[in-house]
Amino acid sequence: MIYADIRVEWPGFTLDVNERLPARGVTALFGHSGSGKTTLLRCIAGLEHGAVGRLSFNGAIWQDAGTWVPTHRRPIGYVFQEPSLFPHLTVLGNLRYGQRRSRDQDTRNARFSLEHAVELLGIGHLLKRKPAALSGGERQRVGVARALAVSPRLLLMDEPLAALDVARKQEILPYLERLHDDLEIPVLYVSHAPDEVARLADHLMVMDAGRVLASGPLSQILSRLDLPIRLGEDAGVVLDGEVAERDERWHLLRVACCSASLWVRDTGAAIGDHARIRILARDVSITHAPKTGTSILNTLPARVLSLGDDAHPALSLVKLDLAGSPVLARVTRRSAEQLGLTPGLEVWIQIKAVALL
Amino acid sequence: METLVSAADLEAIILTLRLAAATTLILFVVGTPIAWWLSRTRSRWKAPVGAVVALPLVLPPSVLGFYLLVSMGPKGPVGWLTQSLGLGLLPFTFWGLVVGSVLYSLPFMVQPVQNAFEAIGERPLEAAATLRASPLDRFFTVALPLSLPGFVTAGILTFAHTVGEFGVVLMIGGNIPGVTRVASVQIYDHVEALEYGDAHRLAAILLVFSFLVLLALYAWRPDRGRR
Repeated sequence: MIYADIRVEWPGFTLDVNERLPARGVTALFGHSGSGKTTLLRCIAGLEHGAVGRLSFNGAIWQDAGTWVPTHRRPIGYVFQEPSLFPHLTVLGNLRYGQRRSRDQDTRNARFSLEHAVELLGIGHLLKRKPAALSGGERQRVGVARALAVSPRLLLMDEPLAALDVARKQEILPYLERLHDDLEIPVLYVSHAPDEVARLADHLMVMDAGRVLASGPLSQILSRLDLPIRLGEDAGVVLDGEVAERDERWHLLRVACCSASLWVRDTGAAIGDHARIRILARDVSITHAPKTGTSILNTLPARVLSLGDDAHPALSLVKLDLAGSPVLARVTRRSAEQLGLTPGLEVWIQIKAVALL
Repeated sequence: METLVSAADLEAIILTLRLAAATTLILFVVGTPIAWWLSRTRSRWKAPVGAVVALPLVLPPSVLGFYLLVSMGPKGPVGWLTQSLGLGLLPFTFWGLVVGSVLYSLPFMVQPVQNAFEAIGERPLEAAATLRASPLDRFFTVALPLSLPGFVTAGILTFAHTVGEFGVVLMIGGNIPGVTRVASVQIYDHVEALEYGDAHRLAAILLVFSFLVLLALYAWRPDRGRR
């Protein structure tokens, strides 16, 4: 459990957070730039000396009225937005810098060897180079490996992909997903990119103007209708499930989510693999009866939970319960009226596209 | 050797090099913490301290020398201190010259080093902190290596500037052969004695030396972009 009761006051900006975050899985701190998410992360790392309040991690107090554990004594790993590698050291020198210094402090926690970090980030061929001879994506992978090599008990990542172009992002995201699947250490991940949050986060904390708007499990927060900030234009939910069946003939996979089943394109995932799927509100339509004679693969029974406003006055967002998981549908207000959508109504939803993340 | 430089001139040159070397070494030790403090502090004392460090750049050497002479003299505070420590009086000694040179060349050490420290920024030091490095550790393993070019510049400038010192030496050192008679004073003596040939030779040596030092500095500078 990460407990942060933190205030930072600067001219024109106040960060005021009192929040408990889970010390497992990936927690995304999501918000516009200037929302205070990076500042909060820096407070947790002990890099903001103006921060007042209380901070504890799994019962260990890092900051309160009489305590200030300096950054170098906090068992964290930190990945900066720009990789911030030491230019005078080789890649290996950078990796060893933190690893050497962490050995005596965290021996019992040294579950993460340098070799493991190198292998996980795929940087074995770069070890002898200087940072200046690396591409932007390679540098950031070294930055992540360097943070892991100190065997942190909490990994803090400050928009590690923000400074990279789309191609580089695609290069690194798979590595970050491997972290998510392989690592047991909790991660706080600052981001303003909806697709990163959808792919990586288990828990979502939405921030605006230095305050927390909402915090909770990813699907719960994504399906809330009352949040001023949604994941951009792409309102939708993310569900976690398991690959249950492969249809060789049609190149499809059946993903079991709670008690529902969804067919998705075969990505090569193995049966039993953990699968994360994203369903966008604009891809979900609602009918009274299951349609036949449609090209849509996934038609499932659901129950209306609530209706909310969408960005445009012609549209509304409908929150539905799909076998225990929340799903959003974007329909016109007229359709909602004609269908007589009210909370509790049993309907069928057609999902035009399901993305396996 | 005898034909090119007289024994007295050689003595003056060696004394000058000794003075410059001692001054530079002492300033590495004294100037680095000052430069570090100036580059990192948000104290309201930053501006006054920075101005004091820069004073020798604009002050006539005779003014600096005069104050040093008075304070290091038998009735001055520094003189009282050195006498009560059993060190005697500093004016007209080699170490008196060193003290004067350290003050006189202080900005030539502090300012390049301070600029180098400022150019690093906070980020590499923060990164080092998240990698378990203590403040002192961060200074020696990150700040120093990254500001190495600044240290080289500062060392060369300090050494060369001390070689060219004249006014302060004349005020506090007098003109004692082998003790305080440095090359610049020796040239002055030659001219006073109308020994223009000797003055020419020594002046040419100093001119070539200064040019080579600056040439080395400027030729080396483009390499700074390497890091």
